[in-house]
Amino acid sequence: MLELALKITAGMVLVALALNVWRLLLGPSLTDRILALDTLYINSIALIILLGIYNLSALYYEGALLIAMLGFVSTAALCKYLLRGDIIE
Amino acid sequence: MAEWIEILVSALLIIGGIFVLIGSIGLVKLPDFFTRLHAPTKATTLGIGSVLLASMVVHTLHEGSVSIHELVISLFLFITAPISAHMLAKAALHRQVEHLQGSDARDHRERAERQLPGDAPLENDAEASN
Repeated sequence: MLELALKITAGMVLVALALNVWRLLLGPSLTDRILALDTLYINSIALIILLGIYNLSALYYEGALLIAMLGFVSTAALCKYLLRGDIIE
Repeated sequence: MAEWIEILVSALLIIGGIFVLIGSIGLVKLPDFFTRLHAPTKATTLGIGSVLLASMVVHTLHEGSVSIHELVISLFLFITAPISAHMLAKAALHRQVEHLQGSDARDHRERAERQLPGDAPLENDAEASN
């Protein structure tokens, strides 16, 4: 039962990732593309956590945490670039 | 693993997956950037919180001791999601991204001025004519 739930959830997250990539390619403005990237990294964290449940391994958290931190920093840097034309003034 | 715990974990996973999917559908379907900002920052964050909770239950049972790692990730995401949404909204306002017609107060200015009584001039006009 858990395995079936894992597979269904992984399918939903994969569809979500595909929709995010669609918005990333389509996005009429730059901020839309940044928002799509932001959602893309959050959904990839979900996928990694699902893999961690499937393999019953604690090794995947470090990767998920790393993606979470770097994703936030990259979103903040891109927004800063759009706002000020420079990242570190 | 006990039967009811397996049901609990499966329910948490499915609910999380549904919320993640709804957030991404909103990102594609909603009409302008400022409405699109709502879907991923709220629905997706809730969905991933649910998935992390399920992972926490599984690993707590598997290792025999309380597993804290996922709590760190979910706390970090819950703190950073509103911050990044705020920064994105600020950047969009700065770049004057297209917004939905009627979602800005300035869109209604002309109609509001038209609806004023015709023979009653604005206060500033009356002062200027005196």
